[in-house]
Amino acid sequence: MSILKRTPLHDLHQELGAKLVDFAGWDMPVQYAGIMAEHKACREACALFDVSHMGQVELRGENVAEKLEALAPQALTTLPEGKARYAFFTNDQGGVLDDLIISNAGDHVFVVVNASMRDQDLAHMRAHLDGVEVAEITDHALIALQGPKAGDVLGGHCSKAATLRFMETTMADIAGHWCRISRLGYTGEDGFEIAVPEGGAEALARLFLDHPDCAPAGLGARDSLRMEAGLCLYGSDLDQTTTPIEADLVWAIQKRRREDGGFPGDKIIMEQITNGTSRKLVGIRPDGRAPARGGTEILDMDGHAIGIITSGGFGPTVGAPVAMGYVSSNVAKVGTPVQLRIRGKEHAAKVAEMPFVPQNYKR
Amino acid sequence: MSTYYSEEHEWLTIEGDIATLGITAHAAEQLGEVVFVEQKDEGDTFAKTDEIGVIESVKAASEIYAPVDGEIVEVNGALEGNPAALNDDPEGEAWIYKIKIADAAQLEELMDLDGYKKLIG
Repeated sequence: MSILKRTPLHDLHQELGAKLVDFAGWDMPVQYAGIMAEHKACREACALFDVSHMGQVELRGENVAEKLEALAPQALTTLPEGKARYAFFTNDQGGVLDDLIISNAGDHVFVVVNASMRDQDLAHMRAHLDGVEVAEITDHALIALQGPKAGDVLGGHCSKAATLRFMETTMADIAGHWCRISRLGYTGEDGFEIAVPEGGAEALARLFLDHPDCAPAGLGARDSLRMEAGLCLYGSDLDQTTTPIEADLVWAIQKRRREDGGFPGDKIIMEQITNGTSRKLVGIRPDGRAPARGGTEILDMDGHAIGIITSGGFGPTVGAPVAMGYVSSNVAKVGTPVQLRIRGKEHAAKVAEMPFVPQNYKR
Repeated sequence: MSTYYSEEHEWLTIEGDIATLGITAHAAEQLGEVVFVEQKDEGDTFAKTDEIGVIESVKAASEIYAPVDGEIVEVNGALEGNPAALNDDPEGEAWIYKIKIADAAQLEELMDLDGYKKLIG
């Protein structure tokens, strides 16, 4: 066993009574007061998450956006300065290598990748982005403020934050700390991700937590929030064997890229956009109360295997279990009755619309 | 009336040849917020270490393993509508089954409160 890595907020997590777990090699808070309360805080007020384990990368060089377009099916050369975009790296089979956020930061491109994929993504970019300096940022924490009150919590310390719309990014001073603020997140709520120099991270987190509407939240709530919001988790709902079209992420591939290709797996992905796929990621709502976890088999009403749950659990805001999984496309229609085999017993469920709760972004 | 504890964090309170079975406060604390309980039916028989139910928390699913051989004589049906009771009062109102013990000698393999306290540190 190797020693777990710690974020600049580790001492604060311990002081706040967090339950810490190994997440992708990092000692991370899974919960503080309880997942339900933290989930609710995010939907109704503001939750503070430490997401410093995610990889922050700065790309510098000539035509970085153009070179990135050779790795990802997003329109990046036309991404305006100060804008962020949800993106993914694909492989030659059209599978997803990782999903990430790419921002045009003016003099460089700022990229945030999954903690578990950090090393792989860095190697991938270094191998393929010719003439581009790929710099991993290890001296900044990343704090996410998420929820309908996130604007109030941050706005009190940074007037510039209020001017940002969903998927916009800027540098700004927050209480003396020079930060990158991006209005985005992965909970389905309005909110911000703030990259702050590590020396100021704890002070800034404490400042936010002093606000009566802001509570710390862990990875447990982060997972239930993103599931309810219908957002894919890499490694569960997305991997090298799933294409973005199967995962219902065609919205994240801009028109020019759909038509012109020029990214790994483009022929397969473009063919799937035209002709559809044999399986599709859908939302699933169990009729009863038993949660269906990842790996649960999905059957049709005759008992034939038609797919598998990739993420599932209890949705605190929905007040019932929610799940997502891949099913044969002919049974992917919302409302289709299916069965879930949980511990050897069949449970009734239906294909359901995602997100399970309405998204609440500041567009 | 005496209470025994298992390594799987269950308690067992004996009255005559009937025992009330539940999970310990320590187990409930570790599980986190319970959202669903799957229980066996009245009349089901089981052997020691058999899976006799599942508790699902927001985090994960955890099996309940039989601490002794026996038969379920009563199921706490209130848990179906109120699984959160397992967090509120796991060693009281939120008992899971009443069971008839098949072999009282098996109780000797369980722990008393002091033994259990040592186990959980």
